[in-house]
Amino acid sequence: MTSLDLLRPGVSARLVSIGGDRAFRCRLMELGLLPGTVVRLIRRVDVGGVLELEVRGCRLSVRHGEARQVSVEAGA
Amino acid sequence: MSTPSSPTVAPPRRTTRRVAIAGNPNTGKTTLFNRLTGMSAKVGNYPGVTVESESGELKLARSGVVTLVDVPGTYSLTARSAEEQIAIQAVCGLHPLEQPDAVVLVVDATQLTRNLYLALQILETDIPLVIALNMVDMLGELGLEIDAPALGRELGVRVVRVSAQHGDGVDELRAAIDETLQAPERARPGPRWIPADPRLRADIDAVAEHLPPLWRLDSARRRDALALWALLSLDEHDELPDAPPKLRETVLARRRQAQADGREIEAEVIQGRYAWIDERAPLFLRQRKAPGVSNTDRVDRVLLHPALGFAVFLLVMGLVFQSLFSWADPAIGLIETAVGALKAVAVGALPAGLLNDFIAEGLIEGVGSVIVFLPQILLLFFFIGVMEDSGYMARVAFLMDRLMKSIGLHGRAFVPMMSGFACAVPAILATRTMERQRDRMLTMMVVPLMTCSARLPVYSLLIAALFPPDRIFGVLPVQGLLMVAMYVFSTAVALVVAAVLGRTLLKGKSVPLLLEMPPYRVPHWPSVVAAMWRKTRVFLSEAGTVILACTVVMWLLLTFPRQAETDARFDEQIAAAQSSLPAGEALEARVAQIENERAGEALRSSYGGRLGHAIEPVIEPLGFDWKIGVGLLGAFAAREVFVSTMGVVYGIGEDVDEQSVGLRQRIKQEAHADGRPVYTPLVGLALMVFFAIACQCMSTLAVVKRETRSWTWPTFLFVYTGVLAWLLSFAVFQGGRLLGFS
Repeated sequence: MTSLDLLRPGVSARLVSIGGDRAFRCRLMELGLLPGTVVRLIRRVDVGGVLELEVRGCRLSVRHGEARQVSVEAGA
Repeated sequence: MSTPSSPTVAPPRRTTRRVAIAGNPNTGKTTLFNRLTGMSAKVGNYPGVTVESESGELKLARSGVVTLVDVPGTYSLTARSAEEQIAIQAVCGLHPLEQPDAVVLVVDATQLTRNLYLALQILETDIPLVIALNMVDMLGELGLEIDAPALGRELGVRVVRVSAQHGDGVDELRAAIDETLQAPERARPGPRWIPADPRLRADIDAVAEHLPPLWRLDSARRRDALALWALLSLDEHDELPDAPPKLRETVLARRRQAQADGREIEAEVIQGRYAWIDERAPLFLRQRKAPGVSNTDRVDRVLLHPALGFAVFLLVMGLVFQSLFSWADPAIGLIETAVGALKAVAVGALPAGLLNDFIAEGLIEGVGSVIVFLPQILLLFFFIGVMEDSGYMARVAFLMDRLMKSIGLHGRAFVPMMSGFACAVPAILATRTMERQRDRMLTMMVVPLMTCSARLPVYSLLIAALFPPDRIFGVLPVQGLLMVAMYVFSTAVALVVAAVLGRTLLKGKSVPLLLEMPPYRVPHWPSVVAAMWRKTRVFLSEAGTVILACTVVMWLLLTFPRQAETDARFDEQIAAAQSSLPAGEALEARVAQIENERAGEALRSSYGGRLGHAIEPVIEPLGFDWKIGVGLLGAFAAREVFVSTMGVVYGIGEDVDEQSVGLRQRIKQEAHADGRPVYTPLVGLALMVFFAIACQCMSTLAVVKRETRSWTWPTFLFVYTGVLAWLLSFAVFQGGRLLGFS
């Protein structure tokens, strides 16, 4: 198990759990990031301190620090 | 939630029916809204928050003309703040909003499952629903196929395939809305996901007990939906001021109990809804072939590239800035010329006197000072519209997040901040691209600190008059360096102020960045133009009237009281000149000189002039005399007016600009009573610092008033920048003197 910010670009993983505060967890879940959902890291943009994910056919960006709170199981 | 709905209650008394149009952000909702209403939309404001509401007329064959209301784009009805709460208020008609007779939900077909989450929430509320399945034209490229009738069967409502971009299916959608209004019962099939766990059922019932009666809990379904909304939305840190305390307490108590039992209510509800969607998705959604590399991917490889992407970003921003700064100039010049010509016509057509003066210098000048902003506003909103519609704005926020976050702002604040270098007025209007009220306020409070183009003539005049055209080391021009230094200085102050305000007065919980990166799309041009025009109209009708009124007040201050005896004295001088000098150039020059002196005398003895005297003790420690004080007051109309006001104060006439040699000479020669020069390089520097910081621009204050809907914020802006400007100018002037400069 690893966290979302440690994935390499292009690698898919299965979401295990989301940490952090309630509002953040709720927001991610409502966007469809639930345990078992496949998440793919598209790119990291270190200039902006953010990374881009693909979930359910849609692209989302999150900050590195917040991505650290999402644990995933690599190799989905 | 399994209980059948109670009979429909009589809708509140009103003449036209209302249909709300909702959807996730970036679903093409606005384009569809424009298609349906034919650009008839009016802009209003949701009560209590600075969120725009648009509504337009929708003409239907059987139901007649109904009002179509745009609900702000949202992924969910769950809310954390007053702004997010608008979604549930608008869909359910919670106080103070009116209940819609039906909701049209715009669904992005290319991101179906996520969009269906909102559909499920709306179905739970028991409001008649129609689904507009948008972007169906994009499905082929992604290898996706959607069976719309099957989706309709599962959801229990009408699903209409549309392409808002191309206008396909809009007539069918119109017909479906019409039918829904005719037979609303068939469009409210009830909740899809029904909580099975008796413990969750008990949570819902316990919370429902404390829902406010104002929310008209007339059906069991509605009651359950609102109870679920409360369970997901309320917590210790939410910013929902109108939630009853008892309701919040109950939610918190049930959540604590659930946690003690090893449950998480939010996860149960959200996963329940998604499980319903994911289980049925194979019935209506098929992946025909694996998607190839999309165009968006190819473009993003460049635009989000660590080096290349940044270069393109700077180029785009440079283009926007350049257009505001110099492309708008010819149009601004044209407006100014036209206003000048109109003034000349008015002066010529009316007998000389007060009325003539009022119409020319008060009214026409006032209208001119409003419309002079149009070129920049139109251009900025054109660029913002293109960036939003094409999907690039999300990338800007993405690239700028780290920088803006470090000063407590959102990545989206970058565009308004940068536009502030051209003019604060359009920049403040542009803060609307930010969702959170707190982010908008913070941005509005610092944008006026950016060096706008109206400050340039003031800097140019002072630098040219007071600093030598020398070069340091033979290459670096002193004057140019000073100009650059003023830009750097004002930007640094803006960043520091943002960081300080963001940690104190406008302290907000740092919200996690969760930004959708929509696929790139060609903007729908009529929508871009319509949005541009709507924003401009709001500016003209609301901020414009305040600016006009302020111009008239400024005119009154600088014109009254009239001094009959001094007037007579100047008339005598003119008469004397006319009798002693032969007609010709010499006489004309002498008369013009006397008229300029008359204008100077009138200004110095006006209320404005007296005010300049009155504030002299305050500005004296900064090295300014009362004449500069009058100039500062005059600069309220617009900062560059400082230059012409100084021309009048010094009796050189108002037709001066920063290039004017006469005014520069006069500034160099101007002396105190004891013979010391008024203007030294140090005074010039202190004056420029004052101009850089003080928000002495009535148009900016008027726009802040319009955008915040209160006098508190413009007052705060005026006071804090004034105090800060005074302190920094004081530090420059007195510090410079201590260091031995004069």
